[in-house]
This record gives sequence, structure tokens and C-alpha cells, in this order.
Amino acid sequence: MSFVPGQPVTAVVQRIEIQKLREGENLILGFSIGGGIDQDPGQNPFSEDKSDKGIYVTRITPGGPAEVAGLRIGDKIMQVNGWDMTMVTHDQARKKLTKKREDVVRLLITRKSLEEAVKHSKGSHPRQ
Amino acid sequence: MTSNYAFLSNEEFNALRWSSTVSWTQFVPWGGTRGGADPERRRGPTELRLSGREKVESEGGKIPEWTIWNKSDPHHLSPRCDSPTHHPLPAPSPPCSPASPLLRPPSSSASKIDSLRSKVDLLKLPLALSAKSISERKSQLGGAGERRSAGGGGGARTARSPPTRDMDNESQYSGYSYKSSHSRSSRKHRDRRERHRSKSRDSSSRGDKSVTIQTPGEPLLDAESTRGDDRDDNWGETTTVVTGTSEHSISNEDLTRVTKDLEESTPLECKRFIGPALGGCLSFFALITPLAFLILPQVLWRDALKPCGTPCEGLYVSLAFKLLVLLISSWALFLRPPRATLPRFFVFRCLLMVLVFLFVASYWLFYGVRVLEPKEEDYRGIVEYAASLVDALLFIQYLALVLLEVRHLQPAFCLKVVRSTDGASKFYNVGHLSIQRAAVWVLDRYYNDFSVYNPAVVNLPKSILSKKMTGFKVYSLDENTTNNSTGQSRAMIAAAARRRDNSHNEYYYEEAEMERRIRKRKARLVVAVEEAFTHIKRLHEDEAAASPKHPREVMDPREAAQAIFAPMARAMQKYLRTTRQQAFHSMESILTHLQFCITHNMTPKAFLERYLTPGPTMQYQQQSGRGRQWTLVSEDPVISGLRQGLVFSLRRLDFSLVVTVTPLPFLRLGEEFIDPKSHKFVMRLQSETSV
Repeated sequence: MSFVPGQPVTAVVQRIEIQKLREGENLILGFSIGGGIDQDPGQNPFSEDKSDKGIYVTRITPGGPAEVAGLRIGDKIMQVNGWDMTMVTHDQARKKLTKKREDVVRLLITRKSLEEAVKHSKGSHPRQ
Repeated sequence: MTSNYAFLSNEEFNALRWSSTVSWTQFVPWGGTRGGADPERRRGPTELRLSGREKVESEGGKIPEWTIWNKSDPHHLSPRCDSPTHHPLPAPSPPCSPASPLLRPPSSSASKIDSLRSKVDLLKLPLALSAKSISERKSQLGGAGERRSAGGGGGARTARSPPTRDMDNESQYSGYSYKSSHSRSSRKHRDRRERHRSKSRDSSSRGDKSVTIQTPGEPLLDAESTRGDDRDDNWGETTTVVTGTSEHSISNEDLTRVTKDLEESTPLECKRFIGPALGGCLSFFALITPLAFLILPQVLWRDALKPCGTPCEGLYVSLAFKLLVLLISSWALFLRPPRATLPRFFVFRCLLMVLVFLFVASYWLFYGVRVLEPKEEDYRGIVEYAASLVDALLFIQYLALVLLEVRHLQPAFCLKVVRSTDGASKFYNVGHLSIQRAAVWVLDRYYNDFSVYNPAVVNLPKSILSKKMTGFKVYSLDENTTNNSTGQSRAMIAAAARRRDNSHNEYYYEEAEMERRIRKRKARLVVAVEEAFTHIKRLHEDEAAASPKHPREVMDPREAAQAIFAPMARAMQKYLRTTRQQAFHSMESILTHLQFCITHNMTPKAFLERYLTPGPTMQYQQQSGRGRQWTLVSEDPVISGLRQGLVFSLRRLDFSLVVTVTPLPFLRLGEEFIDPKSHKFVMRLQSETSV
């Protein structure tokens, strides 16, 4: 998941749609994020490339909407509702996720196992 | 495994080879089959009989004349040990443990050998066997028995292997097996200890320790050290012993004593004082000159001189003070006893002396021509002239100061000094000096920095080194002996390289053993000294005044030292012997040092620091006026200056210091300015938000 500055980032992504849960007057998604371009990327335990300043899922509330939707810990969030998450500050990412007017967030997330799965399937069906 | 083997000469071999009787492939050289492969060989004698004089009996009754035994086949030969009629060539060890290889043809071919008529020479036998003829050997059949040869050659090693059968008169082996894993030296020492024990068992009761206390004034290594060797006289015949310390050190000490006497008895070298004497004369002359300039006109033509008032007196005063300064600085700088005589001229000093001489001479010349002859009347001019001379002398002294003292202070070269015997090395920074001055400089530092040279500490104990040389004798097959030596040595080296070499193992264990021994002795010494020091205490004046209930004997330092020396003497002697330092410390010197330490309230540890580490050479110098003789060996002329890549060495009688010169690196120093306000820091952010 490393990137070359100036070149488009290519990744195998999975679409996850999370329905926000209403708790009182808060809409919660059930996970925590870490990372951002204003953060220290070396502390990120989930990234392979320690200079990756993307937004990562650091914690998932068990049984919450995110887990139900298929989000896993360690996923990197590439887009939220069409907004790019690869070059945002931490606060911007939080804001994009917690818009009060949206009930649903559609995320594009990527993880290492996705790539391997694709490679596997590609290998077994070389025509594809 | 070492083995000796004898080769036949070419024609003999060919004779054997091509005769129809014996095919040469059946000759098995050393290390071949052990006799189990061929059942034919097992029965009867399988010796190769090569002499054609007598008929050989194949069934084994009669003894052939020349047999070479393979020592790796003991079981084959053991039944034969008892038969007195059978006597092979005497091996270095008794015949039960043969040491030579066996040329064994199958016994079936022994009958075929009957037809051989060729006679074989008995030359080129292993050295362990004496070069006697066959007939002599035959005559010694009866008295063979327990014959011990003097263990030369390759047999020496094997002589040790079956010891229990050998030296029955020394029944000391109480359970220690020779093939144990301990090193040979510890084995030796164990044996030595056992022999001591056995002998003391006879004389005194066990558990009694006898301490011999030598009276002060005798050297520390006295008869006891040699007595120890005399006691163990009997056992040392076939074993190699590292005696190392006691005997050698005696002879070495004698040698150094003799050389020291020689050094001291040489007459006082006048060469040492020529240079300073010359310089002294010249400077005296130079100092007298201004005064002479002033006095001579007064003496010679006083009346004709123009009177010279205040200005002259002012000049007198300045002249006087300048002369005083000149005098004092000459005394301070130049009137020091020289510390070294250099082999060649000291260039700068010569230069300066020549300069001073020329200077003064030219002034005198001018004076003589312009003042003395026409009897110059202007006295003031003369005084000014004298004053100018003194100024010039002061400037020359400044030049001398710079050339002789200051120029070499800034370091420019790095000298590496290595001692040739044990590799002790140091690095020094010096300035621009000539080689001889640099040599003096290095020697100054040598006496302080290098630990004293101990000739008793060798690199590898002889027992390990000598093993490499023994055990291999190569005899050439050819008759022409042209390329004998090189071929032989090359063959020997190649074979030695191929052989599995265990001497590093021996060295390692020997080192470990030595270290252990030193530590043990050191511990005993430290404890003994500590205890000894507790026996005395300093008496204060008020204590002496109070009348003692039990009157104690009041001693001066010397007596106190003698009193407490006795309990620690043995431990000290043993320790010095183990660390091979006994040549440097006599009993007298130890007592003096002890007295010194007691006087200055030193602790036992301070007393021991002199003996626990070998100090710098300066510590062991006796104050003799003759000085030390060193030889400077150099390819370049010794007055040339130091430069890169120069190597010279300073040689003494038994060791030398090799000095290598490298220039100090040129340093390019850069600058970087850091604004104090530019030191700013931020915290690293790692936040996690839950959404």
C-alpha cells in the first residue's frame, strides 16, 4: 500500500456500507480511526509502510454497525462517501465520517488480504 | 600418529619388485591393514626378511634379521613379547611397544623370499634406532629386556604412551591415567606433586608443611629453586619438562649482572662532555667580549679618550642588564647536563655555535681594525658598539631557543613504537625532529610507558613448539643427493601440514592452566600480605608515654619489616616465580620496599602494586652513572628529519624497538553556526478518534 508521490494509487478495495446507529442524539458507526497527514505514521501498527499517512481502522466495537457491515480492524479507508481519505488530516477524516445528515456511509477500504485473494483467484483462473 | 619408516634404496626396491617371488603391491606400508584382513598374515612371523645370507624359516621359529614393526598392531605382536630369542631392532621404547612401521608381505610369500639373494643395507634407519650393524644387534639378544634408549627422534612421543609398563621403578600413578583430558603440563605437575608427596611420605609425616625462611640478604632464588629440580631428578629422563623459570632465570640474571658490570666498569666517556665544553667556552668568550671592548681602550689609551658623560652611563646600565639577562638565560637553557649522546652532530646546535663564533669573530675583526689600530677616541661609539654586540647575542639566543626548544613542540608526526620481543606498542606524537633526536625522545618515553622487558616470558612454551619438529624423518629414495635438502624439507612441511595438528589445543590449555595458577598464587599472596600487615601497628607518641601493662617491643621500620616479612615470604616467592618476575626482585629489595611502605602508612594493596603488575622499566633501573647503551639502526642518515614512511629501530642487547613514522593527518576544520533560537520541538501526534 505504498504510494509514489504524483502517481495514482492503485489498490484492491472492498465496498462496505455501514448504517449508522442512532443512540440518543448521536449517530455512531462503531469503530475508531487513526492516522492522517498531520499524524506520526511511524506509530501505526497496522500499516505495512511506516510512512503511510492514511486513515486506518484501529478499533471496532463488537456487534456494532461497522462489524456487522464487514469492516475489520486494520483496514485502510480510501474513500468515504466519495470523499478521498488518503490525504486528509485526522480531523477532516472524522468530520467526513460523522456528518449528521447522513445515515449511511459507504466506504472503500483496502487490506492486505484482499490483494492476496485477488492474486489467488487470478492465479487459478489465468484468463481473468 | 607419528611413525618412522625406512625406504629401501632404489635398486633394492626394484629387485624386490620385479622378482617373481614378491609382488610389490603386497607390501603394506605403515598404516595399512591391521593384519585382520589377510588371515595368512596372522600366523607366524610376517616380517620381511631381506637379507640373503641366511635361510629364512617361514613357520616362525627363527628370527629374521631385519624387521620393522608397525606400532599400530599391538595385538599381533604381544604374544611375542615374552620370547627372549626374538629381538627385533631396538625401538626407542621397549620391544613390547614398537615404534616403527611394518613392512608386511603375506607370509605365503615369505617362502618366496628365500630365493632372494640381494643384501639390504641398514643405512637410513630412523634416528631413534642406533646405527649398529645387524650382527651387533644379534648379539644383544639376551640383554635386550627393558632397554630404554635416549628417546630421540620420533620415538620420543611414543615413549610416553606406554608409561606404566616402562617405568616400574616409579610407581606413582595413583589413579591418574595418562590419556586423561588434562593438558600435558598439568599432568606433569600432577606427577611432580605426586613424586613430592611420595618422597615426603618417606621423610616426614603427612600434612606437615615446612616453610623455609631465608635470612635477609640472600637473593630470593637461592638453593631452594634448584633444590626443587634436584628432588625430581629421576623421573625426567624420557619426558620433556618445561622447567622455564628457575634454571634459566639464574643464568639470565647472571648474564645481566655481568653485562651491567661491564657497563659500569668502562671508563668515563669523555665524548659525552666535549660538546657542552665547547659550547661553554664559546659562550664564555662571547660574554667576555663586550666587556673587553669596553675595558681595552680604557686600559690602553686612557688619556686620549674623549670624556663621555651621561649618555655613556646610560649605555653602561643597559649593557649591564642585558648582559645579566643573557647570563641568566644561558644558564637556564644551555647549562643543563646533557641527557644523551647522539651518534652524529646535532645540526642545530652546531649551526648556532658556528653562528656565534662567526659573529663574535667578525666583531673582533672590526674592532681590531677600526678601533685598536687607529686608537679610536670616540668612546661613546665604542660603548654603543659593545651594546650592539650584546643585542645581537640576545637575538642569537632567541634563535637558539626557537630552533632547539620550540620548533619541535608542535606535533607533526605519529610514531609507532613496537618492542620486538613481545609486541608491546605505543603511539606518540612528535614534532619536526631529526631521527637521532626523535630516537632520544622515544627512549625517554620508553622508560616510563613500556612495561619492563622480561626475557623469561617466551611466546610459546618449548614443549609445544618442539612437538612440531620431532616425529617426522624423511629419507630419500634416490641415491643422488643433489636436491636432498629442499626436497626433504618441502616433504616434511607438506606432511606436517597434512598431519592433524593439536598444538593449538595444547597451547590453549597451557595458557588456561597458567592463568589459573597465577590467580591462585596471587590470592594466596594477597591474603598472606594482608595478614602480615595486621601484625604491626604504628605507635603514637602518647601511647608510648602511657606506661604499658604489657611492654611491647618498639621497633624501627627496618626491624618491623623484617618481622612481618617472614609469614609472607613463601607466598611472595611462589608468586614471583609463577609470574617469572623473580629476576627483578631480590629479597633485599622486597624488604626495602616493605620498609618504605610501612613508613608511609601504606596499605597492603599499595605494597603489592609493585609486584602484581609489571611496572615500567624505570622502576627497575639502578642509579648508575654510566647510562644505557642503545644502538640506532636506520637506513637514512640519522641527521635527516622525520618524514613519512621512515622506519628506524633502536637496538639493545636482547631486544629492539622498531619505530615507524606516519605524518599526522591534515585537519580541515569547518564552521557551522547554530542560532540558539532555532532549537524548536513538536510533539508527535497519534490520536485515535472513535466515530
